[in-house]
Amino acid sequence: MTTRRLVLTRTAAVIGAASSGLLLPQLARAQSDKVRVGFMLPYTGTYAQLGVSIENGFMMALNEQGGKLGGRDVEFFKVDDESNPAKGIENANLLVQRDKVDVLVGTVHSGVQMGIHKVARESGVLSLIPNAGVQIATRAQCAPNVYRTSFSNSQPTLALGKAMVDRGHKKAVWITWNYSAGAEAFEGFEQGYTAAGGTIVEKLAVPFPSVEFQALLTQIAAIKPDAVACFFAGGGAAKFLRDFHAAGLSKTIQLYGSGFLTEGVLEAAGPAAEGVLTTMHYSDSLDTPRNKKFRLDYAKSVKAQPDVYAVQGYDAGQLLVIGANAVKGDLSNKKALYAAMDGVTIDSPRGKWTMSPAHNPIQDMYLRQVVKGENKVIGIAGKAVADPATGCRMT
Amino acid sequence: MDFANFLIQLLNSVQYGLLLFMLAAGLTLIFGIMGVVNLAHGTFYMLGAYLAWFLTAQFDNLLLAIVVGALLAVAFGWALEWLLFRHFYKRDHLDQVLLTFGLIYIFQEARSILWGDDVHSVAVPELFNGAIQLTDNLSYPVYRLVVSAVCAALALGLYLLISKTRLGMKIRAGAFNREMAESLGINIRFIHSIVFALGVGLAAVAGMVAAPISSVYPGMGSSVLIMCFVVVVIGGIGSVRGALVAALMVGLVDTFCKVLVPEIAGMAVYMLMAAVLLFKPEGLFKS
Repeated sequence: MTTRRLVLTRTAAVIGAASSGLLLPQLARAQSDKVRVGFMLPYTGTYAQLGVSIENGFMMALNEQGGKLGGRDVEFFKVDDESNPAKGIENANLLVQRDKVDVLVGTVHSGVQMGIHKVARESGVLSLIPNAGVQIATRAQCAPNVYRTSFSNSQPTLALGKAMVDRGHKKAVWITWNYSAGAEAFEGFEQGYTAAGGTIVEKLAVPFPSVEFQALLTQIAAIKPDAVACFFAGGGAAKFLRDFHAAGLSKTIQLYGSGFLTEGVLEAAGPAAEGVLTTMHYSDSLDTPRNKKFRLDYAKSVKAQPDVYAVQGYDAGQLLVIGANAVKGDLSNKKALYAAMDGVTIDSPRGKWTMSPAHNPIQDMYLRQVVKGENKVIGIAGKAVADPATGCRMT
Repeated sequence: MDFANFLIQLLNSVQYGLLLFMLAAGLTLIFGIMGVVNLAHGTFYMLGAYLAWFLTAQFDNLLLAIVVGALLAVAFGWALEWLLFRHFYKRDHLDQVLLTFGLIYIFQEARSILWGDDVHSVAVPELFNGAIQLTDNLSYPVYRLVVSAVCAALALGLYLLISKTRLGMKIRAGAFNREMAESLGINIRFIHSIVFALGVGLAAVAGMVAAPISSVYPGMGSSVLIMCFVVVVIGGIGSVRGALVAALMVGLVDTFCKVLVPEIAGMAVYMLMAAVLLFKPEGLFKS
């Protein structure tokens, strides 16, 4: 009996929705005058803060244009992707099919990104990736309508090797989680480090997301390398930093890492992070007028300090503004839209960067050292670092 | 692998194994004596770790935090048994699984509301901060030795409690034949409350002593729970001695595989479990 009632109410709801649509053609037309922007980001769970930062950054770029895109008003749609890869395709379809968005902005988690990517490739909707570094999206499966404004997973570590060899650290142990982002980070490290003349003496892996590093740290102590390079992020990164320090290794072995090792975990890691060297495309302490203005504006409007995720969201917004202005807000004019966004130079708080032919940033990688609980920029590890874009053929 | 390295890996194995034992002992006792499958056991470990972090921030003293936290956890376990679990002893295992699975979500959400989803760290107490130098380039953190010692002491205490005391005799009697024990005047309800509270307390203490070495993070209960079930299955359900042997075996296999054959480290303990079950389908110490 419940089912029958359910069927009745649902039918009524569908009829009601359909008829109200029929009765209100004016409203429907009025809505389509606006550019429809869909956010698919994590708003709950471990990555919630990252999603919020990205959206704040994106909104800031639009607000600098008076909140319009190519002269048109903007309407926003939001879906919380919960960092759940299992719901990636479903959630992306909600925005594309139900909300009929003109552009899809998302997301943080690489697994979820693969769901978005599938929908973007099938529907042809403009897709802006503000974080997820999954490499295939701008390599073998690159697409004319998919642009990334963050990094590919191997990009930060690609620049790491030379910085290490320059400091005389020619024998290194690599350690990471045994999962795809870790493997992609290793690919960049191996390429950069061996090219600079370094030797990887051992490659260690921890099952993801285990944070029990003790056995491998003992192994590192026994190997006695010049340096250790790693890829860890979030809670695991803080734990690794503290264990590395507690095992007494930080006294004799220099620790290097992809920049995410020291992003957002400096407080949790405390003194254990001091002196650690990382490479990444941004740093809070970047001493440029552009970054200072961005940080001031962001702090004023959002009432919080921006992070690398806010910068990536901001750049996604800037990219969309450039594209929309070129086609006067008519995002359906795809040929002209993509032509305007291809090869564009973005004036970012991280420094100027250009969009590669595979739609991934060609950007400088900063060498940063943790000094008194802050990621301090001490140099540029790589100028205009590009992802190799292996297998990418734009059709 | 030279001898010093081997020795340290052995210490690592034992420390990990003893920590697992603290959790598995409670799990196997609660199952063996009350017949309750408790999937929420891992969340007690998480609760312990969060209590350690929260109370250390209040008292500025980890040792005091552990004592207070352990008392809180035992009281919490007692209340939980009285409110919920006692109504499920005679129910189907499926009902118990549903109940405890639901509890995982409730505890996770409550933790999220109370303490948020951030990762926290607890500092190693000043007293135990430092490392013992074994050879010129190999050292071992003092705090990990302390953790091993605490866990070993509690394991010994548990053994004495169950095998040498009057209460332990009653616990064993209740597990062996409930009706007979009751007719001899043993208050089984009371025994159950004690065992459950003890199990929760052990798991929470494990979480508290582990907090400085494993960080405090939202998903910490679930990963450790799986390892606990592996230990209980290998050791034989309901056997505390089996849990100890199995926990040490898992610690050894996990640690040495991580070092020697990292490619299979993620599945090594499951292979161990499969191998044991092949020869001893009921576990090593099933009585």
